[in-house]
Amino acid sequence: MNKKKIIITASLLTMFAVIGAAMVGFTFLQTADDIIYNEKLTLLRKLNHILPSEKYDNDLLHDTIMIKPATQLGTNRETSAYRARKGDQDVAVVLSSIAPSGYNGPIELLVGIYTDGKLAGVRVVKHRETPGLGDVVDIARSDWILGFDNRSLADPDEMHWKVKRDGGVFDQFTGATITPRAVVKAVHNALIYFQQNQEKLFKKNDEDIETHKSHP
Amino acid sequence: MTDNTLTISKNGLWTNNVALVQLLGLCPLLAVTGTVINGLGLGVATLLTLVLSNSVVSLIRPWLKSEIRIPIFVLIIASIVTTIELMMNAWFHELYLILGIFIPLIVTNCSIIARAEAFASKNNLLDSATDGFMMGLGFTLVLVVLGGMRELIGFGTLFANAQLMFGSIGESMTITFSEDYPGFLLAVLPPGAFIGLGLLIALKNIIEKRQSAKQVVTIQSAEPASA
Repeated sequence: MNKKKIIITASLLTMFAVIGAAMVGFTFLQTADDIIYNEKLTLLRKLNHILPSEKYDNDLLHDTIMIKPATQLGTNRETSAYRARKGDQDVAVVLSSIAPSGYNGPIELLVGIYTDGKLAGVRVVKHRETPGLGDVVDIARSDWILGFDNRSLADPDEMHWKVKRDGGVFDQFTGATITPRAVVKAVHNALIYFQQNQEKLFKKNDEDIETHKSHP
Repeated sequence: MTDNTLTISKNGLWTNNVALVQLLGLCPLLAVTGTVINGLGLGVATLLTLVLSNSVVSLIRPWLKSEIRIPIFVLIIASIVTTIELMMNAWFHELYLILGIFIPLIVTNCSIIARAEAFASKNNLLDSATDGFMMGLGFTLVLVVLGGMRELIGFGTLFANAQLMFGSIGESMTITFSEDYPGFLLAVLPPGAFIGLGLLIALKNIIEKRQSAKQVVTIQSAEPASA
């Protein structure tokens, strides 16, 4: 009797689990394409803020290269770099970079660099800085981040790749020096990384060994 | 509207309001109410979950065993929320990105399991669905009002980012009261949420006190006449 009751209860629970899982599975299959499309669109929109779409004619989202963790980029896992080309000409590359020393933890950046070493633009992708203070580095809050446009390792020189408080050329904000300082440093490091690895970064995928290595 | 529906509605919207009286689901409530649209987005998602979970629970009443009712409620709620999350990701992607973790966290909103247990498992489909809708609506209203207060004081705007929910029509909905409003940080930060919610609860209590005071007066003035 008791055994029978347990079996009935267990089967009921199983039944509900199966129905629930089936419902979620069905919805997942129905929405999967839309979700992938949305994610691509969101990423592409972000990239286009840095690199206007008229500057390149390749498929930015597919012409990527996996970059190994690099101290200069602040990354501890592989990240994608997006290569922009027009015809046969390399135009720019967009790197993911992490500023480790934000006020509330790491700040994730996208850094676009033209082949001549000039910055196409920088955007903060993810941060946890204090709203109203450190979040001024976010384009949604202020234009500060646009100050990097067209800068390069030579402009300003290394001595001045700092916030004004530290004797550099980049503005900081009242009550928020740490966040801009972290971002400036991360962008500078990304430029150095680019300078040292430029050739590798633009290699076509089929002749690139590093991309194959990354998927053992 | 039958008497029953009326009672359920009043209960959900006012007397037993999820956010103002039961004080359930405060975590998402306090976290996402930075703007009207964020509040509305989470409110509608919660409302939908409440209606669906209440309806399903009411429908399966005959098969509910008391030993396993809680796991079954959790299963139902989790399935519904995951489904809604996937749909939002597909159709309202940017709003989904803003609400982020708080959509899956609807599962842990105690008000939903509380309504399943306290109401839907004992009432018919229509009443349960109505209860879910009214409870959800009550929650949504608080989210929207609180979002409105914080957005207005914090940013000096209302309905910012409305296009995330209403498409291109929404872009013209944003009301900016002053172009050079400096912003008031406290309202945007978590303390602003607590203070705002406290004020809303206080306001509700004042209104209720006034009402009961009025009732006492009417009863007192009615007494001599009947005597």
